[in-house]
Amino acid sequence: METTETFAIELSGVTKRFGGIYANKDASLKVRKGEIHALVGENGAGKSTLMKILYGMYRPDAGEIKVNGRAVTLKSPKDAIDLRIGMVHQYFMLVKTLTVAENVVLGEEPVKNGFSMDYAGAREETRRLIEKFNLLLDPDALVSNLSVGEEQRLEILKILYRKADILILDEPTAVLTPQEIKYFFDIIRKLSSEGKTVVLITHKLKEVLALSGSVTVMRQGATVARVETAGATESSLAQLMVGRPVVFQVERAPRTKEELEKSDTALSVRELKAMSAKGHAALNGLSLEIKKGEIFGIAGVEGNGQSELIEILTGLKRPVSGSVVMLGKDIDFSRNSPRRMFDSGIAHIPEDRHKKGLVLDYSVAENLILGRHREPAFSTMTAIDFKSVAAFSAKAAGDYGIYPPRTDLRAGALSGGNQQKIVVARELSREPRLLIVSQPTRGVDVGAIEFIHKKIIETRDLGCAVLLISAELSEILSLSDRVGVIYRGQLAGVFGAGEVGEEQLGLLMMGGKA
Amino acid sequence: MNEFLQIFTLALLGTTIRISIPYILAALGATVSELGGVVNIGLEGLILIGAFCSVLGNHLTGNPWLGVLCAVAGGMLFAELHAVVCIKFRANQIISGLALNIMAVGVTKFFLKYFFHSSSNSGRISGLPRWDIPFLSGVPVLGDIVSNPLILITLLLIFAVFYTVYKTPFGLRLRAVGENPEAADTLGVNVYKMRYAGVLISGALAALGGVWLAYDQHQFTDGMSGGRGYIALTAMIFGKWNPLLAALASLFFGFAEAIQIQLQTIGVDLPVQFIQMIPYVLTIVVLAGSFSKSTAPSADGVPYEKQ
Ligand SMILES: Nc1ncnc2c1ncn2[C@@H]1O[C@H](COP(=O)(O)OP(=O)(O)O)[C@@H](O)[C@H]1O
Ligand SMILES: [Mg+2]
Repeated sequence: METTETFAIELSGVTKRFGGIYANKDASLKVRKGEIHALVGENGAGKSTLMKILYGMYRPDAGEIKVNGRAVTLKSPKDAIDLRIGMVHQYFMLVKTLTVAENVVLGEEPVKNGFSMDYAGAREETRRLIEKFNLLLDPDALVSNLSVGEEQRLEILKILYRKADILILDEPTAVLTPQEIKYFFDIIRKLSSEGKTVVLITHKLKEVLALSGSVTVMRQGATVARVETAGATESSLAQLMVGRPVVFQVERAPRTKEELEKSDTALSVRELKAMSAKGHAALNGLSLEIKKGEIFGIAGVEGNGQSELIEILTGLKRPVSGSVVMLGKDIDFSRNSPRRMFDSGIAHIPEDRHKKGLVLDYSVAENLILGRHREPAFSTMTAIDFKSVAAFSAKAAGDYGIYPPRTDLRAGALSGGNQQKIVVARELSREPRLLIVSQPTRGVDVGAIEFIHKKIIETRDLGCAVLLISAELSEILSLSDRVGVIYRGQLAGVFGAGEVGEEQLGLLMMGGKA
Repeated sequence: MNEFLQIFTLALLGTTIRISIPYILAALGATVSELGGVVNIGLEGLILIGAFCSVLGNHLTGNPWLGVLCAVAGGMLFAELHAVVCIKFRANQIISGLALNIMAVGVTKFFLKYFFHSSSNSGRISGLPRWDIPFLSGVPVLGDIVSNPLILITLLLIFAVFYTVYKTPFGLRLRAVGENPEAADTLGVNVYKMRYAGVLISGALAALGGVWLAYDQHQFTDGMSGGRGYIALTAMIFGKWNPLLAALASLFFGFAEAIQIQLQTIGVDLPVQFIQMIPYVLTIVVLAGSFSKSTAPSADGVPYEKQ
């Protein structure tokens, strides 16, 4: 033996508690220099916490951290930056009011004449890095005008400016469109070929197999396995994560044409026209019809009118023209309100759980009855009946596998997948007659995806009509009884289950002909 | 008639400047503090403290410049209280600011009695020596005002604050911690340090506003801040948290008040109550038209907690 293998990162015995809850429990991680290492695990397994410890944001209660073979203590991100570690956070850390270049140099600004900021230098260096790594950004653009994909690349740019050799990427692809993901992969590969070490957290096991050299699997705060990617498969990894075999394609019997014809119409949208918040035409005469007990999937690139359609159906927006007949009632938009729509039996799982699905500062229990707090079951004439709320929420948390099962916690303290389960639990436990679902499994782990998919199908089987909007084509295809493609505010084709594939949908989504 | 008009306009200009200076200084302070994420409604108290400290320093040393220094030191010391309570202990910033204002009244009353044996005003003090400005200092009415060194200092401070906020690393970090402190933190920026700096600077600037009031009247009178701190906050909002615009807004408010005073002096045939309303009506009209577009820093007033 001449040389032992050199590890860029070695974490061992790391334990971190928040209140009484173990976020990390004797967790370990070993990453070879220059490799792409995947870190996987269910939502709440402790991946982000472990990486925030490595980045100096949290102090561990116990454990050892070695970087490039040397034991280190990290007191703040500054220490990590000095060790050439960079991190892209699950939720972007950008200053929206500043420009791309300003975000890049913040904290390590180039200075001229001892006092002023060297803006020209900052822009120049930013531009150089953008070109070198092909990041397609404008140094002078305001961050508030960037798309999600651009924000993501800016986060990487920030790390590169600090000359990081070790890059931690926490669920970087969760919010990207398929096209953006492809591009993102190229960037990661390029970084790797430059000799950088990458830790990639992702829920998409396909990505793990495509990019990484080895994988660490975490479950409930602990490291349960470290395997070489070459010998792994999607289902072997999923089983390690969840601790049981996982079904990727949930069992279901798609509705046949005959069944659908016999069924009553739950939602009928005719010639809907609407403007976007920015004043562009967003819906251009969209029509669709959904039957009771049917899942109607809408595929499409974001920004083709999906948001406006949802806003109209949930009473948040008025169309310019067109009609909506919902559960037998013709909606009078001049007198419509979210409250009316809610009361008529519509449930909504919004795409952005933070902005529209939850009040993060409320407890899990409070979030579980949000909007339902007026129901006699939860309130007396004057006050909320917290006893029945507690009983209801404890049951819901159990039924929907919300972890940790403590409904008194702030919703914001739960991991993304468990937050999503709160929203799903609240909406589905109302037994809605029409369910509007948007990106239901964005940033959610395989176990939770399986669970949420099952629940959506169960709801359909109870006779509920479901409108499913997702950027994830595999999700649309595996759940929908019929699929429509939305393009520029209109449906560019409607297909029965099994009549269409991912490629054809992808083509239609981009405005092509099927 | 022509002469009258000239006196009128010159006097109007002079009064506008005289009234605006403390607004400008305090509004600059408010802007710096809030850009860093700390709401500072304690400006009112800081103006009062500044006024008192300047008079006391001047009185004890006989040097008006040392009085200015005392005011700046006193303002920063007092602002430090607000900073500690809001940043370190993450208390409600409005409550802390209110407490500061109430405390300032009590503290100045107490020391007024102690040093000047009066409950209403201090003894007379001298102002700052004139800095003569070619041409301008010779203009009637206006000359006396523009020769006050504090005018030039204020003018310099407007640009210094503007430059610091938008053209220096310090300013970039300050704005970052007021907008998204967590993002700044992950880049190794010390959020607490930046916020302390913002609050302390606001203390110094507001105290200078107090100096102007006291030196203008050659004495300290009880409660002489007279609500100016709140007007300054309004100017900051009107100025969209931009130091230059906040200074312009302050001038506008000063102008509205000057008009009111001039109208009263020349005796316009209108009930005096209506004339006195002018600045406030103007303020409301202007703010109603500008509020929709003015946005505070995202983390303004939100304490930052590190894990
Ligand atoms: N700041 C925090 N306060 C309280 N609990 C937290 C905090 N951060 C994470 N947790 C908890 O720690 C556990 C692990 O979370 P996290 O590391 O985000 O998981 P992952 O990234 O694997 O989804 C979760 O149960 C989560 O609720
Ligand atoms: Mg995470």
